[in-house]
Amino acid sequence: MSANSVSLAYLVAAVLFILTLKGLSSPTTARRGNMFGMIGMAIAVLTTLSVTHNWQYILIAIAVGGGIGALVARRIEMTAMPELVAAMHSLVGLAAVLVAMAAFNNPVAYGIALPGELLHGSNRIELFIGTFVGAITFTGSIFAFGKLSGKLSGRPLRFVGQHWLNLALGIAMLAFGIAFFLEPSWTPFLIMTAIALLLGVLLIMPIGGADMPVVVSMLNSYSGWAAAGIGFTLNNNMLIIAGSLVGSSGAILSYIMCKAMNRAFFNVILGGFGGEAAVASEDDGVQKTHRSGSADDAAFLMGNADSVIIVPGYGLAVARAQHAINEMSKALTEKGVKVRYAIHPVAGRMPGHMNVLLAEAEVPYEQVVEMDEINNEFADTDVVLVIGANDVVNPAAKNDKSSPIYGMPILDVYKARTVLVVKRSMATGYAGLDNDLFYMDKTMMVFGDAKKVVEDVIKALA
Amino acid sequence: MTEIVDPLVMNLTVFVLAIFIGYHVVWNVTPALHTPLMAVTNAVSGIIIVGAMLAAKPQEMDIGTILGLVAVTLAAINVFGGFLVTQRMLSMFKKKGK
Repeated sequence: MSANSVSLAYLVAAVLFILTLKGLSSPTTARRGNMFGMIGMAIAVLTTLSVTHNWQYILIAIAVGGGIGALVARRIEMTAMPELVAAMHSLVGLAAVLVAMAAFNNPVAYGIALPGELLHGSNRIELFIGTFVGAITFTGSIFAFGKLSGKLSGRPLRFVGQHWLNLALGIAMLAFGIAFFLEPSWTPFLIMTAIALLLGVLLIMPIGGADMPVVVSMLNSYSGWAAAGIGFTLNNNMLIIAGSLVGSSGAILSYIMCKAMNRAFFNVILGGFGGEAAVASEDDGVQKTHRSGSADDAAFLMGNADSVIIVPGYGLAVARAQHAINEMSKALTEKGVKVRYAIHPVAGRMPGHMNVLLAEAEVPYEQVVEMDEINNEFADTDVVLVIGANDVVNPAAKNDKSSPIYGMPILDVYKARTVLVVKRSMATGYAGLDNDLFYMDKTMMVFGDAKKVVEDVIKALA
Repeated sequence: MTEIVDPLVMNLTVFVLAIFIGYHVVWNVTPALHTPLMAVTNAVSGIIIVGAMLAAKPQEMDIGTILGLVAVTLAAINVFGGFLVTQRMLSMFKKKGK
């Protein structure tokens, strides 16, 4: 194929990638969008294959990688999606570093230098950027994977002078990058890469488990920028376009997550949150009383309501109660009760995670409503069932200026006529705060394991 | 103006325009599909496989081609894993009564 037709085929692939993301604007078009993505990728790979020599080896490599990928995609549990995504970010990061090294090793093969010629100045800068972004993505994602999968502690690791060390390393990395620009040789290149690998770990280390949704989104963004950086080096517009799409997607998701948790992006990066449980200091000495009831009481209240809104939190998935909750809402619907689910943006462990968990349990997606759309309707709702959620329904975020979560957007559950809260005990949530919702007159606590309680409710409804 | 524009400038043009497209397209993604969005962007960033294939391209094998082949394998995991897991997730989003 001529260079022109290769470039045109790449253009087609790039357009298909844009359509892939566009398809995700609604569940009805999303699957077609995903298909566009696959076609785009197939076009890109086949076109490239037609201009390569070692195509047998390349096909073997694709078969091995593709086989592993397909197996993982089939086996992975939906609760483990954050880990999977983090692991995949690290692969992109490592691949970017390897490609950059190969490009430096033999720039002639990429057509970015003539035989006997050194790498051009602008190529050196691009190579430097692609490599360090890739390296940080690689080790940072491995560390995030460790935290998400529970192999490493979710507690933020901090030590004195951490930020100064990071700054010093960042400057050192830049210095070796400049050295590489002035005199392109392996020594500054490898030292720079090693520093970037170290920085990846150091940057993620201080960030606590509660902030992981932001970190995963951020690394998503980095993996895109790494691919775009390599696209600059290779003068490949398709890589630049695809990488930028991913980069902006991750950046937007990070922004949405930060907003939903009422955290400034910069504070998340500096880290420290979500580990040492904030001391519940607001104990004003007054003995607060709560009302508790049984699963039968809950079934009676919900069975006689006109409308029920279920507020699921990640505790629901931990108790593996998704299927049970769907059975319960089916039973309620049969009794003529209008059932809906209210989703807070940080209900799961990554953006949109709770939606996938509910979809897996075959909850129809029309019943699942986002926070902004449903918040006005709590006041007209008979019963709200809060299950496995805590901080996202804490009214202190609205009316207690001294609360650490003040300003965080919450689901206005406290406005409903009756509130049922399924919880194991009166223990606090991620933020370590007491929740006034539990002590309201209209609130009834149902203690127990989420799955067991829901199953008992189903029995009582029958 | 007879001088040729530096490829860097051309790349930058494409880069900036692509970010604008990404920004507008992603804000239109429904929050319910943010997890599939992340999975599919994982697959799309596997586009680095093209760079990896070019690294593995030269006829004579050396350290560069081997690095390229390793990178092809890694990127292929992302491409296949990303698209297939997205498909699996999207097939779960069903309407009532189906």
